[in-house]
Amino acid sequence: MPFQPIKFYQTGTFTVGNRLLKPEDRSVQSHRDRSNAINSGHRACQGCGEALGARYALDAAMEATGSQLIAANATGCLEVFTTPYPETSWQLPWMHSLFGNAAAVATGIAAALKVKGRSEVRVVAQGGDGGTTDIGFGCLSGMFERNDDVLYICYDNEAYMNTGVQRSSATPPAARTATTMPVGPNPGNEFGQGKFVPAIAMAHEIPYVATATVADLRDLEAKVKRAMEFRGARYIHILVPCPLGWGTASHDTIHIARLAHETGLFPVFEAEHGVQVSALPIRKQLPVEEYLKPQKRFAHLFGAKPKLDVIARIQERADRNIRKYGMVQREEVL
Amino acid sequence: MLKQIEGSRAVAEAIALCRPEVICAYPISPQTHIVEALGEMVKSEKLAPCEFINVESEFAAMSVAIGASATGARAYTATASQGLLFMVEAVYNASGLGLPIVMTVANRAIGAPINIWNDHSDSLSQRDSGWMQLFAETNQEALDLHIQAFKLAEELSLPVMVCMDGFILTHAYEQVDMPTQQQVDAYLQPYEPRQVLDPREPVSIGAMVGPEAFMEVRYLAHAKQMQALERIPQLAAEFKQIFGRDTGGLVHTYRAEDAETIVVAMGSVLGTIKDTVDEMRDDGHKIGVLGITSFRPFPLAQVRAALQNAKRVVVLEKSLAVGIGGILSTDVRMALSGLQLHGYTVVAGLGGRAITRKSLHKLFREAQQDTLQQLTFLDLDWDVVNKQLARERAVRRSGPAAENMLRDIGTVASKIA
Repeated sequence: MPFQPIKFYQTGTFTVGNRLLKPEDRSVQSHRDRSNAINSGHRACQGCGEALGARYALDAAMEATGSQLIAANATGCLEVFTTPYPETSWQLPWMHSLFGNAAAVATGIAAALKVKGRSEVRVVAQGGDGGTTDIGFGCLSGMFERNDDVLYICYDNEAYMNTGVQRSSATPPAARTATTMPVGPNPGNEFGQGKFVPAIAMAHEIPYVATATVADLRDLEAKVKRAMEFRGARYIHILVPCPLGWGTASHDTIHIARLAHETGLFPVFEAEHGVQVSALPIRKQLPVEEYLKPQKRFAHLFGAKPKLDVIARIQERADRNIRKYGMVQREEVL
Repeated sequence: MLKQIEGSRAVAEAIALCRPEVICAYPISPQTHIVEALGEMVKSEKLAPCEFINVESEFAAMSVAIGASATGARAYTATASQGLLFMVEAVYNASGLGLPIVMTVANRAIGAPINIWNDHSDSLSQRDSGWMQLFAETNQEALDLHIQAFKLAEELSLPVMVCMDGFILTHAYEQVDMPTQQQVDAYLQPYEPRQVLDPREPVSIGAMVGPEAFMEVRYLAHAKQMQALERIPQLAAEFKQIFGRDTGGLVHTYRAEDAETIVVAMGSVLGTIKDTVDEMRDDGHKIGVLGITSFRPFPLAQVRAALQNAKRVVVLEKSLAVGIGGILSTDVRMALSGLQLHGYTVVAGLGGRAITRKSLHKLFREAQQDTLQQLTFLDLDWDVVNKQLARERAVRRSGPAAENMLRDIGTVASKIA
């Protein structure tokens, strides 16, 4: 690997600075010899949460496996912006087949490796929320149910961003997308029942399920490394804000991701064999307005006549998440 | 070794002799017996090393095969009918990526109306998918073509469908000559992929290709199928050297040398056609047969050479291109362009309708007299069709057509003459 100067992506966090830690406790991203699994020069938008999440996750997976890693990728932003051939960002063997089959392609890769006696080589599959929670859901569930030796990583930016911000089953209520415009008596996305795939993954009782955001690098890396300690089907769902689709400033990606956790709207937890084993606690629960207001996709909730009833319903969802996943403040736990 | 055995079982045993490394299975009639047999062989470790994966859909079956093939494994699956349609996106993807997967298609009709019986609508719908398509006439040929298919696919890095008539072949017990492992090993070398996912030599596979290279990549697939036109007869010759049997190739003629009328067809119906032709030859009729084994690539030159001295050509096909007529006959016509021949398209045997010698005798005699309609539907019950058309003219809310027509026919479901 040619030498590349280290870029530090994370600033202004509560986490302990790397320089205060013992070298072995420092984040993968701080390692000079990290793999740069997705090399610089790709075509992602400025402030892309998915590019960040994929880089964090794959560099951690590469370190955990000694770079013995193969990736299967669903169609989507990540696939498009990393492979404007003849350029490719991928520093590991990587394959894109279709939108809805990344989990099954990964199963095939794992099966081939097994039959060839190369169990040291591990497999990740990755896709956006559309490729995971909608069109790829059948293949994903099949891979879980068979307990195939694959880590599937979903980079959730809550809509079909590559095609121009259309609603997916991961789009939150009230959000504006190109197919849920803020018009009519119920502007934005409907309040559905939701489709929280981490919980569905847990229902398969697969060895490991985790959620993370790009706001907490060390938490994300630890979960990827933990996932690699298991054999069988594993699932990590990473919230990756999209400046384009969410209408946020490019420099606010990490800030917005942190707010998603600290309001309780995006629960951050781990589960093993279908049972939750940890939750990333919220230090100080923030009202959902703090998360919603900076995002243009929720702008119709504010303005001269704020939609207080809608905001209250969103707040209810946040409160319920906090109760359900035990994301209470640390003091209360103690 | 001679064996009295079901077609599906024979094919499964032949595939096992080819040492597949990843097999994806999803049940759909009439291919299911093949993957059932293979599953048992893998589970009992008679076929090893091999991963047998029970997937959740045909789309996943082809996708798992894609991942396995791209990682250097010899990959196999089987499907039919709706299953083939359900995996279509991945079917095109496998050929576009140049992955030499072999798939059995146990040919079956496509619904609606739902129908499990044999015709060629399923694989012919994938005419332009980039897969090669080889059609078996007998169970022996189905077995042999699978062995040749792996070699053909892997040499050219293109996937191959081996098409065998559902039920008529897959479920028929007949005698086959089962090759030995030694013979197959001598014929089929281990798979050496052109591209492989391996951390020792990382590559990106499946990048986006824009207008600057898309035409060239697609043309390459065509160029490879043109290479296959040369390789397929050679592979058949090499096969004969080891196995001692004439199997495969592009086309086969039967009593066609001085024939004025030549019947063109694919698959198991060739047996009935040959029997009919034998009887007509006995009566002094100059009639012969052209069987097409390789539907894709389509052997234009060989078809033309076989037909150019005839006066008329009857293409009998188990498929219908709604809105124009035939699928196979369109290709045959392309092969005959510029020649002054009478050409007839006969759509026959859709949804498992029996094609009998009695019907063929009548059909071929009408062809010889040139009284045949250019597009003929063999044994079509015009009363039933006209009744439904009249019903639709009379009433707006005429109801579901298939159910109406079944009711008109009554309880006799079988149309075997």
